[in-house]
Amino acid sequence: MKIVACIKYSLDASEVKVDAASKELKMAGVPYKVGVIDKHVLEMAVSLQEAYGGTVHAITVGPVSAKESFREALAMGLEEVVLIENPLEGQVAPDVTAVVLAEAIQKLGDVDLVVCGEVSDDGFTYQVPPRLAEALNMPLISFARTAAIENGRLVADRDLEDSVQTVSVPLPALISVVEESNTPRRPTLLEAMKAKKKPVNIWNVETDLGLSAADLQQKAALEKVSAEGVVVHRKRQILKGDDLNALSNELVDLLLADHILEGGA
Amino acid sequence: MDEFDVVIVGAGPAGATAAYLCANAGLSVVVIERGQQPGSKNVSGGLIYAQIYDEIFPNFWKDAPVERTITGHSVVFLGDTAATALDYRAEASAPHYNAFSVLRAKFDPWLAAQAEAAGAMVMPGFTVDELIVENGRVCGVKAGGDELRAQVVVVAEGTRSQLLKQAGLREAYSPKDVSIGIKEIIQLPEQTITDRFQCLSADEGAAYTLVGHTGGVQGGGFIYSNRDTLSLGVVAKIDSVYKSKKQPHEILDEFKSHPFVARLIHGGEVVEYSAQTVHRGGFHLIPQLYGDGYVVAGSAARLLLNNVMTLRGMDVAVASAAAAAKAVIEASGKGDFSAAGLASYEEYFKATSVYKDMQTFKNVYPLLENDRLFSTYPDMVCAIMEDMFSVQLQPGKKGYRALRDRMKDHDVSLLNLAKDVYQIGRGVAL
Repeated sequence: MKIVACIKYSLDASEVKVDAASKELKMAGVPYKVGVIDKHVLEMAVSLQEAYGGTVHAITVGPVSAKESFREALAMGLEEVVLIENPLEGQVAPDVTAVVLAEAIQKLGDVDLVVCGEVSDDGFTYQVPPRLAEALNMPLISFARTAAIENGRLVADRDLEDSVQTVSVPLPALISVVEESNTPRRPTLLEAMKAKKKPVNIWNVETDLGLSAADLQQKAALEKVSAEGVVVHRKRQILKGDDLNALSNELVDLLLADHILEGGA
Repeated sequence: MDEFDVVIVGAGPAGATAAYLCANAGLSVVVIERGQQPGSKNVSGGLIYAQIYDEIFPNFWKDAPVERTITGHSVVFLGDTAATALDYRAEASAPHYNAFSVLRAKFDPWLAAQAEAAGAMVMPGFTVDELIVENGRVCGVKAGGDELRAQVVVVAEGTRSQLLKQAGLREAYSPKDVSIGIKEIIQLPEQTITDRFQCLSADEGAAYTLVGHTGGVQGGGFIYSNRDTLSLGVVAKIDSVYKSKKQPHEILDEFKSHPFVARLIHGGEVVEYSAQTVHRGGFHLIPQLYGDGYVVAGSAARLLLNNVMTLRGMDVAVASAAAAAKAVIEASGKGDFSAAGLASYEEYFKATSVYKDMQTFKNVYPLLENDRLFSTYPDMVCAIMEDMFSVQLQPGKKGYRALRDRMKDHDVSLLNLAKDVYQIGRGVAL
């Protein structure tokens, strides 16, 4: 079993502040880190490797400066991290990511299973797993809570919010996982020390993957017009009175009228 | 895998320096750091005195993320709403400069990187739970369920160091020897800071030590200018804070509300708040620095120096770590890591300028418990200044008359004043 985990060096969204006056997002100085969802991706990949043998390789597209940020990921039990130098300025566009990842996965060769997160911590486009499955011509099981290999097929429970769907597909396949799928392990000190010797291999889109950086830059179809915080106008209604029962009734009526509560009196 | 020459607990200035020197000498070194990265767990004021660093990391300021070269030092007495300052300004002396402001979240990763480049292994994100002690000898650490054995352990885990106490290798510290540091980082535009602190460029900054207006608790304040932030805080005796029944943040808010401070931070945004216990340091509190299989350096060994004008921790940490590293390297040569083999640490430390400074200022400490210094005198000094500078309809007075009148207002007897002057003299002047 050769398993590839696709992970992302993401903006730490919890650190993004909104400028009170202009509603612009303050991006300056916001730190990056391997995303929260990505820890679940790695946990899924490593636990499948532990159950069925083989190796786990993580692939990511990002800045070369992120190299040291993958130490904890390596300590979770990977062979290597392949860091593909981002061919674009700034954020990677999902359509470009998918093309680059697909090329890299083909270069690794004989991959049985690709594990992605359902959505990145910072971009929230949900696009990479389906685009990547398309590019690799692999079946995709999205939003998976569980995964197992049975008789050479991938079997997984999909989280459909109001129900759970169990599906199976032939390997090689791609699976995207949700945060609820597992609890990521915390590497021990000795595992982390061993991981210091594991490689973060840096690949270039042109020299290692034979893609044209210029074409990829052209391909980045998304044009950012603006990104602003949402303003929520509060109603600021204050109910006054001495009769608590009357006040509660008044409150419930207001909530019913606004469809915040549903039901008859 | 789990056998090292040296295991170091903590990747602050002391730990990183010891790691750098030991790794340079060819020893196998691992540093275990609690924070997700070095520097993320500390609550340091943020002023380093450069010369001691320069001896170990020559010309470090060219490469290291220092904030501003400190060209101005002020001691400010805060009255109720007035302030009286002793303001010292000088051109930035040529290298090595005297002091820099630093933000430890940036500076410590740089120091740790020097240690890594020298061959030490730095492991952030892991907490050392206890020392492994066998037959009275420290022979490694336990961290996150793993055991790591070593010839010698360098305890450099900073101010809240508990490992030696847990292992029964030192006494518990007394609350009266502990202070609490309460600190904020306040963001302002770079140019605003340059102007407000009367600097010529963004490379220059100033350091203020403030006495008074700490809500009656025994303590002092500091303000250091960084590139586009200010480090501002109060260090107060913990028993005095307890007695005052005030919350630490209340003491800080009161300090910030003083017009002198408010002017400096006006329009700034608080981007960080933190508080931490800090040793008061002092010559009389230097502990046993070594034992069988271990040495202790920096704040973990209570090595700090306070002389009212300056509060030194980071350079003391580096000096003690360098002395410890020298002893460890020698012990390794002799193959003897017993207390006797490590005893040269104390000699080396006693030969440092830091140790001599601690000795010089050993009489400061009684002064830091003198309530009049924190509550009465700052106010009185400002009142006398007011007398001297005001022109009123009544005839003015000469300085001595003003002093005597204000002493009466503040209930200070001549005897007390004489005692206090003597105490101040012994502590910092004579």
